[in-house]
Parts: sequence; structure tokens; C-alpha cells
Amino acid sequence: MLQFSFWDILSNLLIATQWTIVLSLIAFICGGIVGLILLFMRMSQIAPLEWFTRIYIEVFQGTPLLMQLFLFFFGIALFGVEVSAWTAATAALTFWTSAFLAEIWRGCVESIPRGQWEASSSLALSYIEQMRYVILPQASRIAVAPTVGFSVQVVKGTALASIIGFVELTKAGTMLNNATFRPFVVYSLVALIYFGLCFPLSWCAKQIEGRLNVAR
Amino acid sequence: MIYKLKFGDLLPYWDVLLWGLVFTLVLTAVSTIAGIVVGTLGASARTFGPKWLGRLVAAYVELIRNTPFIVQLFFIFFGLPAAGVKLDESTAAFLAMTINLGAYSTEIIRAGIEAVPKGHIEAGVSLAMTKWQVLRHIILKQAFQKVYPALSSQIIIVMLGSAVVSQISAQDLTYAANLVASRNFRNFEVYLLVALTYLGLAMLMRSLLRGLGRAMFKAK
Repeated sequence: MLQFSFWDILSNLLIATQWTIVLSLIAFICGGIVGLILLFMRMSQIAPLEWFTRIYIEVFQGTPLLMQLFLFFFGIALFGVEVSAWTAATAALTFWTSAFLAEIWRGCVESIPRGQWEASSSLALSYIEQMRYVILPQASRIAVAPTVGFSVQVVKGTALASIIGFVELTKAGTMLNNATFRPFVVYSLVALIYFGLCFPLSWCAKQIEGRLNVAR
Repeated sequence: MIYKLKFGDLLPYWDVLLWGLVFTLVLTAVSTIAGIVVGTLGASARTFGPKWLGRLVAAYVELIRNTPFIVQLFFIFFGLPAAGVKLDESTAAFLAMTINLGAYSTEIIRAGIEAVPKGHIEAGVSLAMTKWQVLRHIILKQAFQKVYPALSSQIIIVMLGSAVVSQISAQDLTYAANLVASRNFRNFEVYLLVALTYLGLAMLMRSLLRGLGRAMFKAK
């Protein structure tokens, strides 16, 4: 019978951690892009676009991420397309992340004084130009801290991809547990690795937030 | 080929889904109350308690906030029995949710406590109120009023997060959905229905909590 030493468990978990990181990065970057598009739609003052984003955000924030993963996993398959756990996880996490980021960024954009909008529109800037040159440069400074803070939620969210069979840190933990029957050790290590990934991000978010408050 | 959705196939299982919903509601309600009690104790200990206790609470908060709920759940359900603590799946789910919400609400309530003006506390002390009276009537009352919105959204997040307890076979709404899907293979229909149920629940809870907040913190 195969024997797993403590170091075997740890090294296997660390290999799987790479996939947690990759999935987090993809979800965060793609989610950021979709979130930015949603933000432009939300602030556009075109009623149908605004309503669409409102419903979109409500749906993705108001349903469990686990359900979204299931729906993507089984939903895409209905169109006769073979879905891997990888595709479903990326898609679900991207849309989920985008809804939260769009809402966070909307708060930042709305904190910009109205005068900035009025001044820039009196300079004949179009909506896109206003956002690009006037609003977003100011809003992005406020947005950094909550965005970094939310990245922690994305990393933690990827743990749910294990349920639809994507092998990342949590799934690797479950598999190792089944092989070694040492749940206490395995899940402690899994938790510690997540902590190692997330704590620096939380810490950064707090520091950036503190610095902004001083500047004010 | 176009797939035909058949929601009718879900009808025979309405009671399974209903019981799942009830379990989710009870689990959320009980762990919300317990979690807020833990949060209140944690926040008070962190602000007014001895330094070592404050550090201990801070470590608990950071540890929970920086690990996924599912790992906490697995640790409690699979890990603790190895250390001699055996829990059934409902207790483990309840415990994990309480510990999770406890950490988040500690941090939220602490922010509220820190926002209470010092003068109010001094005024209370000068009126010969005891330490506990000051904490209860001056500090916590104002703290809760200030952080109520943040606390309500955290409660809703915890309710949505409770879907994960199905993974240790605690029989919540998601567990019921999985069960139905495994019986009639109408995966998409059942998950869609259940996702919409969660959405309705989240919206309902939000307006209920808002109404409750208005009733509790009426401007005097």
C-alpha cells in the first residue's frame, strides 16, 4: 500500500494550490473586464442598459455561488456543448466576480462629486471620454482598497469549484484525505495554505485603506 | 437539438424541496442569532478586554475571514472527529456557520463600537452607570444602530453560503436539489428553481431585515 508522509501531503497540496491561483487570477481578470463593461452600462443613463445591469447584479449577488456553478455546469451542456469543470468554474466565477466588482466600483464612481461630471460635459466630452479621462482616474484611487479586499473573496470562491470536480486545493485536500485518512492534518494544511494566500491580500487592502484615510 | 425544459417533473418532489427550504431557514436563523452573540462577545472582548484576549479574538477573526467556508466546514466535520470530537452533519453545519458569522460580525460590530463618541461613555460613567450598563445601553446600542446595514448584508451572505453545507450531507435546500436531480436527472430545471428560490429568499430577507431595523432603531 502506498504510504503518504507529511511532506507528500504538503507537496501534493502545493501542486494543487497552483490551480487555485490560476483559477483565481482568471476569474479576477475576466471578472474585472466584464465588471468594467457592466459599470459603463450601469452609469450610462440609458434605461434598458441600467436595468439589465441591475438585474444581472441582483441575480449574481442574490444566489449562492454554488448554484451558479451547478447551473453553468449543467446549463451549458443543454446546448449540446461538452463542458469541463474547468470551463464551468471559470465562467461562473467570472460572472460572479464581475457582479460584485461592478457594484463596488459603482460606489466609487458615485462618490465622485457631480461637479466633475458637469464640468467635463460642459467641455463637450462624450460619456466614454468623461469616464476615461475624468471620472475613472479619480474613482480608481478609491477603488483599489475594496478591490484588493474583494480578491480575497475570489480566492475563497474558487474553493467551491472543487464541488463540480475541478481539482484545486480543496479538491486535492478531499482526495488526499480519502487516500490517507488523516483529515485533521490534511484540512489544517489546506486551511493554512488558503490563509497564506488570502492574508497578504487582506493585509494589503487594510494598508491601502489606511493610507487613503491619512491623505484625506 | 433543442433541449425541452420540463419543470413538471419536479412536482412529485415538492415536499423534499420544501423540507430543504425549511432546514435552510432554520439553520440560517439559528446561526444568525448565535453568530451575532459570538460577534458581540468578540467585539467587546477585543475593544475592552485584556490584551491577550484581544489578540486571541483577532487571530480567530483573521483565520476565519481568510479561509473558505467549505474548508472550515470540512475541518469541523471531517477533521475534528480525528481529534475526538464527533458531530452529526446538522450540528457541524450549524457550528461552522456560527463560527463563520461570528468572525465577520466581530469585525463589523467592532467598527460600530469604535465609532461611539468617547463623550457618550464618559457621560454614562458620570451618571453613575455601571460598566455593564454603559456597555449595554450606550455602547452596544449605538454600535448596532450604526452597523445594522452591514450586519444585515452579512447575514444574507451567510444564508447564501449555507448552500455549501449540502456537501457534508446536511439536508438543506441544495442537498434537496441534488437529491431530486439524482432521481429524475432534471439537473438544470431543479437547480434553476432552487437558485430562484435562494434569490427570492435573499430579497425577502433584505426587506424583512430593513423593516426590522426601522422598527428597532426608530428615531426618537
